[in-house]
Amino acid sequence: MTFIKKTLAASIAVAAAASLAMSTAHADISDGEVRIGYLADMSGTYRDLAGPGGQRAMEMAVADFGGSVNGSPIVTFSADDRNSADVGANTVREWIDQRNVDMVAGLVASSVTIAVTRVLEENNGLGIVSGSAASSITNEHCTPNHIHWVYDTYPLANGTARAVVEQGGDSWFMLTADYAFGHALEGDVTRVVEESGGEIVGRVRHPFPTSDFSSYILQAQGSGAKIIGLANAGADTVNAITTASQFGITEAGQQLAGLLIFLNDVHALGLDATQGLLLTTGWYWDMDDEAREWSERYYEEMGRMPTMVQAGIYSSTMHYLKAVEAAGTDDPETVRAQMAEMPVEDFFARNGSIREDGRMIHDMYLAQVKTPEESTGEWDLYEILSTIPAEEAYRPLSESQCKLVQN
Amino acid sequence: MTESQAIAIPSAVTERQRRAKFRRNMFYIALIVVGLVAPFLAYPVFLMKVLCFALFACAFNLLLGYAGLLSFGHAAFLATGGYVTGYLLASYPGLTPELGIIAGTLMATLIGVLFGVLAIRRQGIYFAMVTLALAQLVYFMFVQAPFTGGEDGLHGVPRGELFGFISLRSNLAMYYFVFAIFLFGFALVQRTVHSPFGQVLKAIRENEPRAISLGYNTDAYKLVAFIISAALAGLAGSTKTVVFQLASLTDAHWHMSGEVILMTLLGGVGTLLGPLMGAGIVVSLQHILAQSPLGNWVNVILGIIFVICVLSFRSGIIGELDKMYRKNFK
Amino acid sequence: MTMIFGVPLAVFMGQLTLGLVNGAFYALLSLGLAVIFGLLKIVNFAHGAQYMLGAFAALLGFRYLGINYWLALLLVPLVVGAFGVLLERFLLRRIAHLDHLYGLLLTFGLALIFEGTLVNFFGVSGARYATPEILQGGLNLGFMFLPTYRAWVLVAALTMCLFTWFMIERTRLGAYLRAGTENSQLMQAFGVNVPLLITLTYGFGVALAAFAGVLAAPLYPVSPTMGSSLLIVVFAVVVIGGMGSILGAIITGLSMGVIEGLTKVYYPEASNTVIFFVMILVLMIRPVGLFGKEA
Repeated sequence: MTFIKKTLAASIAVAAAASLAMSTAHADISDGEVRIGYLADMSGTYRDLAGPGGQRAMEMAVADFGGSVNGSPIVTFSADDRNSADVGANTVREWIDQRNVDMVAGLVASSVTIAVTRVLEENNGLGIVSGSAASSITNEHCTPNHIHWVYDTYPLANGTARAVVEQGGDSWFMLTADYAFGHALEGDVTRVVEESGGEIVGRVRHPFPTSDFSSYILQAQGSGAKIIGLANAGADTVNAITTASQFGITEAGQQLAGLLIFLNDVHALGLDATQGLLLTTGWYWDMDDEAREWSERYYEEMGRMPTMVQAGIYSSTMHYLKAVEAAGTDDPETVRAQMAEMPVEDFFARNGSIREDGRMIHDMYLAQVKTPEESTGEWDLYEILSTIPAEEAYRPLSESQCKLVQN
Repeated sequence: MTESQAIAIPSAVTERQRRAKFRRNMFYIALIVVGLVAPFLAYPVFLMKVLCFALFACAFNLLLGYAGLLSFGHAAFLATGGYVTGYLLASYPGLTPELGIIAGTLMATLIGVLFGVLAIRRQGIYFAMVTLALAQLVYFMFVQAPFTGGEDGLHGVPRGELFGFISLRSNLAMYYFVFAIFLFGFALVQRTVHSPFGQVLKAIRENEPRAISLGYNTDAYKLVAFIISAALAGLAGSTKTVVFQLASLTDAHWHMSGEVILMTLLGGVGTLLGPLMGAGIVVSLQHILAQSPLGNWVNVILGIIFVICVLSFRSGIIGELDKMYRKNFK
Repeated sequence: MTMIFGVPLAVFMGQLTLGLVNGAFYALLSLGLAVIFGLLKIVNFAHGAQYMLGAFAALLGFRYLGINYWLALLLVPLVVGAFGVLLERFLLRRIAHLDHLYGLLLTFGLALIFEGTLVNFFGVSGARYATPEILQGGLNLGFMFLPTYRAWVLVAALTMCLFTWFMIERTRLGAYLRAGTENSQLMQAFGVNVPLLITLTYGFGVALAAFAGVLAAPLYPVSPTMGSSLLIVVFAVVVIGGMGSILGAIITGLSMGVIEGLTKVYYPEASNTVIFFVMILVLMIRPVGLFGKEA
C-alpha cells in the first residue's frame, strides 16, 4: 500500500517536473506546436501547378527539418480551396480561430490569395504565397502578414519581353485574357517592349476562358507582327499554343512568347508544339546539381518532376522553420522579421532576400523550350539561357504602391 | 356509432388544427432557441455560411417546391446581391451594412424582374434553359465590369456598424445579425406559402390549365413568386458578402446554380425545413471533405449524392422523415 | 483590298471558315442532345462529359492499346455509346416515368462524377493527342491557311450530321423513332419495342458526343474539363434551334459557329456570350425556337 502510494507520489512529482520543463522550453511556441496549414487548389485548374504535389513538398520540408522545432512538434494540415475566395478565406479564418494556425502555405489562385491575406492581416497571422502570379499581391494588396515567394508577373513580363526584343523581336501582337490579370500582364509587357525600342502593333482580348483560339491566331497572323505575346494563363495559354502550332505560326516566321507558362504546361503540350518558346522561370529542376538532387527525391515520391511552385513551397517552409528556430518563437511578427533578416539561399533561391513589401526577390532565369531532338527525356524540357539578377528582375521598390514602403 | 362519428368530426378537425398550430409554434420556438444557442456549440463563421446558403436554398425552394419552376440561373441573383452590396460598402465607408444589404437585395430584385419577364412564359426545361442563359449573361457582365475585380474578386468589404452603432466585427454579433436575416427570410417564405397567394401557386404547380380556367392569371402569379425568390437569393448573397467581406465569381458561376438545386433536393423540395437541412449538409460536407484526404473527391461525392437523391430519395431527407412520421404515427 | 465592315475580305472569309468548323462541332453535339431530347424528353447534362470521355478513350486507347486515330473514330463511339446504353438501362429508365427535370438532375450528377474521377487520375493540364499523319499540314485557300485537320473536321462532322438526319427522317427505324416521340403508347401497342428503342436512341446520342470527342482530341488538349464549358453553349444552340428538332440543331449549330466567329473579329470580349444573347432574342420572338413545332 505504502509502496503504491510512494510510487504514485513519485510519478506525480516526475510528471509535474516534466510538464514544468516542457512549458518553459515551449514558452514561446504557441500551444507547444508549430502549426502549418496548406491551402491550395487540389482538384481544379491549378491542381498540377501546386496541388497535392505542393503539399508533399511541404511535408518533405517538415520531415527534413526533423519534425520539430526546439523540441516542439510541427503539425501540418491541408485544405482544398476549390479556387473560391470565400472557401479559402473561410478556411483560414477557421484555422486561426479554431486551430491557432501559425503559418499558411500554398496559396495559388490570386482571388483566394488576396482574400486570405486580408484575413491574415486582420488576425495578425502569417502566410507565404507560393502559387499566385499577380504582382499586386505585394503591391497594392501588400500586408505585413504575408510574403510572396516564387515569382510574379512583373519579372515574367520583364524578363521575357526584354529578352525577346533584344533578340530582334521588336513588333508584338498581344493575345490577352480579358480580365484583371491579363490586363495587368499586357500593361507590363507593353511598357517593357516600348522601353526596349519595340512596338505593339495589335492586340485582341479574348474571353476567359476560351477553348478555340483559331480566330485569334488568324488575326495575329494577319497583323504581321514578329512576336505573338500570350498574356493569359493555364488552359488558355495551352490552347493558344496548340492552335498556333496547328496554324503553322512558327513555320511562317512568327514566334510565340509565353508570359506565364509552367513546366506542367510544357509537359502537357509536348515539345512539338512548344519548341523554341521563350519564357521566364523562377527555378528549373535540372538547372544545377542541388536542384536536381532535390527534384529526384521529389520525383520518387510523386512520379512527376516538381514545378517551380512546388519547389518554392519546400524552400519557403524550410526558411520559415529556420526562422522559428532562430527566433525561438512562432509569433508571426517576430518570425516575419527574422525571416527577412536571414538571406534565402538554397536549392531553390539564389541571392534571395525578403523586402519590406513582402516580396522575396531572387534570381530569375530566361529559358527556352528544347526541340524534340535536343531533349533526352520526358522531363528534359528547358534550356536555361541566362540569369536575371534578383535586383533587376522584380518591380523596384521605388515604383511600389505598397503601404509598407515609404516613397 | 356512425352518429357519434359524424358529431365528432368537426371538433376533431378544430382539435387537429389547434394541435397543428401548437406544434408549428413549438417548432418555431425550438428553431429560434437552437439558433440562439448554436454559436456557442459550433464555429459561428461556419454557421453563418450555412444560414446564408440556407436562405439561398429557401428562396430557390419557393420557386421549385411551390411554383414548380426549376431555375438554373439563381446564381445570378446571389452574385448580384453580393457584388452590389460589396461595392457600395467598400467604396462608401459611411454606409451602414443594413443599407448596403438592402441596396444589394433591391438590385437583385430588379434583375429578378428582368429575368422573370423574359422567362416566365416558358415552361419546364425551356424555363431552366432560359434562366441558365440569362445567368450566363450576368456572369459575363461581372467578368467585364471593372468594379468586380474580375477573377481577383472584390475584397476588403468592411463589416461596419449595424445601424451605425453595433459593431459587427465580432463573429458573435455578426452571427445574430445573420440569424435575424435568415429568420426574416424564412418567415417570409413561410407566410408566402401559407397565404392565399401560395395556395394559388400550388394550384398552378399541380395543374396550370385548370388554374387558368378558374380565372387566375397564372403568369402574374409565377412572376411574383419568381421576383420574391430572386429578392431572397439576393438578400442571401448580400449578407454573405458582409460576413466574408468579399464577393467573387464563384457565386455567379453556373455550378452555384447547380449547388443550390442539390441542397434543396437533398433536404426536400417543397418542405419548409428541407433547404435549411440540405444547405447544412452540403456546406458541412464540402467543409469536412476539403480538409480530409478525400478532398480531391468533393465533386465526385456531390455527384453521387445527386444521383442517389434523384434515383431513390426524391422527397429529400425532410420529405422522407415526414413520410415515415405519417406512416408510423398517424 | 476589299473591306467588309472595316475588315479585309480575306480575314473575313478566314473567320467565316473557322466559324464553320466550330459550328460543325456545335452541330454534332447539339444533334446528339436533340436526338436524346426528342425521344426521352431528357436534357442530357452529361453530354459534355460524354464528349470528354470520347476524347479520353481515344487518348488512352492510343497510349495503352496502340489504337490509331481512324480505328478510334470507329471504336470509341461504339464503346462510349455502349456505356450510354448501360446508363439508360440501369439509371435513366428508373426515373423515366417522373417529371423530366429529374433526368436533367440525374445527368448533371453523372457529369460531376465522370469529370471529378478523371481529374483525380489525369490532372487537369490536359494531354496532347497527335494529329494523324495524313491530316497534318495545311491547305492554302488563297484567303487563308487552313490546317488540313480542321478541313477534315468540317467534312467528317457534316457527313455524320447528314447521316443522322437521313437515318431519322428517311428510314424505317427513323420512322419508328419519330412515331415513338409522338405517341409511344400507340407504338407499343403496334408491337414496337419502345423501351429498346429508347435505350438505343440514348446510346446513339452518346455515341455522337463521343464521335465529336474523338474529332476534338487532336485539336484541343484532352482534359477532364474540356466538355463542361462547351456544354452550356451547346444547350443554347439546341434551345435556339428548337428542342428536339434534328435539322434545327444542325443548321443552328453551323450558324452559331459563324456568328461566334464573326464576334471574335468585331467584339472578341463578347464571343463567349453572343450565343446566349441570340438565344434570348430568339425566344422573345419565337418561344419554341427557330425550328421547333408549336405545341
